[in-house]
Amino acid sequence: MKNFVTLIQQIESQSSSKKRIDALVEFFEKSEPADRLWCIALFTGKRPKRAVKNALLKSWCAELAQLDDWLFEESYHVVGDLAETMALLVPFDGAGGLKSKLNEQIKALLPMKNFNEEEQKEQVLAVWKNSNHFERFVFNKLLTGGWRIGVAKKNLIKALAIFSGQDETAVAHRLMGNWDPSTTTYHELMESDMDENLARPYPFYLAYSLENDLKPEMNLKDWQFEWKWDGIRGQIVKRGGECFVWTRGEELVSEKYPELMELGAHLEDGTVLDGEIVVHDGASVLPFQLLQTRISRKTLPKKLLAQAPVKFIAYDQLEANGEDIRALTLEERRRQLIRTTKKCSSKELLLSESIELKTWQDYEDLRLRSRAFRAEGFMLKRKTSPYEDGRKKGNWWKWKLDPLSIDAVLIYAMRGHGRRANLFTDYTFAVWQGEELVPFAKAYSGLTDAEFKEVDSFVKKNTVDKFGPVRSVKPELVFELAFEGIAHSSRHKSGIALRFPRMARWRKDKTAQEANSLEDLRTLLQLYEQQPSRTMSPKSHLIQLVQVVKADENIDAAELKIIQDYAKKHDLSIEDALNDELPQMEKGDGLKSWYHLLYTCLADGEICPSESASLMEIGVNMGLDVSALRKVIELSHQNGTVPLTDEELNAVLD
Amino acid sequence: MSLIEFKEEGLFCPRANVYIDPWKPVAKAIITHAHADHSRYGMKNYLAHPWSIPVMKHRLGQDINTQALDFHQSISMNGVKIMLHPAGHIPGSAQVSLEYKGEKWVVSGDYKLENDGISTPFEPVPCTHFVTESTFGLPVFDWPEEEVLEEQMHRWRASLVESQKVGVVYAYALGKAQRVMKTMANTGARIFTHAAVERTNECLEHNIELPDRTEFNSDLKKEELQGNIIIATPGSMGARWTKKIGPHETASVSGWMRMRGTRRRSNVDMGFVMSDHADWKGLNTAVKMTGAEKVFVTHGYTEVYSKWINSQGINAEVVKTAFGDEKEEQNEEQKELK
Repeated sequence: MKNFVTLIQQIESQSSSKKRIDALVEFFEKSEPADRLWCIALFTGKRPKRAVKNALLKSWCAELAQLDDWLFEESYHVVGDLAETMALLVPFDGAGGLKSKLNEQIKALLPMKNFNEEEQKEQVLAVWKNSNHFERFVFNKLLTGGWRIGVAKKNLIKALAIFSGQDETAVAHRLMGNWDPSTTTYHELMESDMDENLARPYPFYLAYSLENDLKPEMNLKDWQFEWKWDGIRGQIVKRGGECFVWTRGEELVSEKYPELMELGAHLEDGTVLDGEIVVHDGASVLPFQLLQTRISRKTLPKKLLAQAPVKFIAYDQLEANGEDIRALTLEERRRQLIRTTKKCSSKELLLSESIELKTWQDYEDLRLRSRAFRAEGFMLKRKTSPYEDGRKKGNWWKWKLDPLSIDAVLIYAMRGHGRRANLFTDYTFAVWQGEELVPFAKAYSGLTDAEFKEVDSFVKKNTVDKFGPVRSVKPELVFELAFEGIAHSSRHKSGIALRFPRMARWRKDKTAQEANSLEDLRTLLQLYEQQPSRTMSPKSHLIQLVQVVKADENIDAAELKIIQDYAKKHDLSIEDALNDELPQMEKGDGLKSWYHLLYTCLADGEICPSESASLMEIGVNMGLDVSALRKVIELSHQNGTVPLTDEELNAVLD
Repeated sequence: MSLIEFKEEGLFCPRANVYIDPWKPVAKAIITHAHADHSRYGMKNYLAHPWSIPVMKHRLGQDINTQALDFHQSISMNGVKIMLHPAGHIPGSAQVSLEYKGEKWVVSGDYKLENDGISTPFEPVPCTHFVTESTFGLPVFDWPEEEVLEEQMHRWRASLVESQKVGVVYAYALGKAQRVMKTMANTGARIFTHAAVERTNECLEHNIELPDRTEFNSDLKKEELQGNIIIATPGSMGARWTKKIGPHETASVSGWMRMRGTRRRSNVDMGFVMSDHADWKGLNTAVKMTGAEKVFVTHGYTEVYSKWINSQGINAEVVKTAFGDEKEEQNEEQKELK
């Protein structure tokens, strides 16, 4: 563990990417292949499942530290990370120097969930006693399954490229797919013949949002405009007579989309297409909500296939005749793509239209009507660009519809987690209804660190009242909230629910009196409803939240909420959430499966009190019963990773 | 009549007609130490330890009325016996005891139990009523031993020498900076002090001995700085001069560095867990040693800490004060630079 602990320490203390990359390279050089493999796995989100129940860990830690439970919980609340809280509270100051290697340590953890409590305790305490503070922290992170420390995937790829002498594109390609660190080896992953893995997709090329000041410099003739469809980004891989469908989240979803498998049968061998999976009735794209009915199911009754037929809108071609053609220009690849779509007799394959207009103004006018086409704006691609990997600036831009916005008053605040531990960063906002401020939205993201600090200090000085972890503050600060959608909600006092609210700006120029009113929000709602609405259902909110909980790349428990806000904006596929994480989904029907879902979220992975509160809130918004929800949450605390049985759930619902 | 009342202006002893660290202008104030949140403008008369007075005059104006009182000497105000006792927080920091007819209150200001080598070490004062801070009143706060800190600083300095970099340490000008100077001087590094720190040094040097150092200025050559240490105030983080000193690493020095979240948020390369406040064990030891029957908990994790003290069978209560605002100290230091 020594090398790995040093690596984490270096990553934590280095602010520059270059130093982090250096530290990774050094780690790879010093470590045996099995450790390298696990390090790559951890940093790409393939973390081991939690081996011991959090409740047990907490109780052992509190026992060792001779603390009452409430004091443990208070500490946890301030530190904002369970693994760290326990590392801080365990009263041993071991000399450190855990002897086992990273892979040995993880292999020792894997079978622990089958041990009895005494055996688990013995094993955990043995490590706690012999480790120093930071080792204990890293060990606890592995133990609690909440591994969210890391480096950006980009940097990991760079380091592996330096270490292995391969180029970055090749490395990125190798890391793709659903390889499993407990059954594969470093050699198979990084050094084997690439052709051996027929199913392997290419890394997706992702875009940043268009920066407005770039527009004057862009010559329209150099750019290809396409709709930015609101579906699931995917890749169809046809090799060796077999077809594989991948999502951007690197999930293999072939079985979920028989239409696309059928499509694949009509493709030539050695073909890889990049595109969007959408529900389509033959005439136009249908609402995203319909696609969600497909995502959450593993069995596909005929009725569902008829209700939500799927097609693939191809954006790009990455492989032709078994050749990687990503280095060709977009124009050349598009010619190939047009040939491929013409040749393919499947009706399920559509070509992404290239929209040719004369002026920026024309594009702007059309963009504002995107919602009518069920698109969320445009993609701009430089015609001479190769197909790159990862999120890069320059050759591709997304130009989405502007979010809606409203000025609101901050009225409640809660502490954040992780990087924002001990700072009041989670806020509730209100608008005026006559003389009264009505809460209508929560937001956690969008401010700079300095601004958060300033608001934090305001909250501490202007607390009017405390309810548990929530503080009500003097209604004084005004923020502009941006959001993607607005809908009626009978569950909120305001009667309104926003989709992905975040703080766009701190309106220091405005007094609380000048904030918007509920009437203004209602007007927005009316305007919005006139458009073909794709307002997100609470169900999809939950799916995204789940996905966020499971998300991995460089994500901290704390940043979870920010990602919740941005999941949509960054095209995160919601597939991940439901596929392998939620095997119970197919068992229950309707609301029951949502109890299962909530349970799984809580039982697996590190969920802090305020996060379980947001799950609760979403559950309630969906119409679940509050007391049943509470019981499910309690059960998850008791059972840990043991799945919730139908009997248990039925008992709760009775 | 209670010996001490908690009033809008601050902690007040009605019998002696004197305030302790008041936050609004009053006639008579006893000041525990010279940090901005305890020592404020506008008092007609200030009573403080002799080491605090030069700093107070420097910050609040040379014309303030001051009276010095040494540790362990007593004065009487309308029959109330008043004494100062070392609090160990920064040089000159004091606990104030007020005694009248068998009732004895100790207002501890800010304190720590560790001997930092520059402040007069904390002395427990038996009393009936103890007013304590709770800045770090949670069990996760557990300070490393002085030797461990020293070793960490030695190691950091060695790495700076090896990589030919400058070390920039951000520390409060009053107290923390001198403590860092002393530890860093032991590593053999040359010490450069930024203006706000150096002005404070000059005030303290009337009374205590400080290590050799040079005031930082932008004419210094990079070769002179390499492998050595600049001590500056947290407010100067990201200031223009930091971009002109060549390759450097930054460090923060604070009890908050104990938590990963604050460490990462601080955006420095190194976080040294060095605090001028008592940690959890320190607070508990201090409370126990006073033998107080009633404890008043001020600035910090007040609710948690008073709940804990109550659970230990000692009557405790939360008191709202205007102490503990780090921003005030930073503003004070910023003024220095103008």
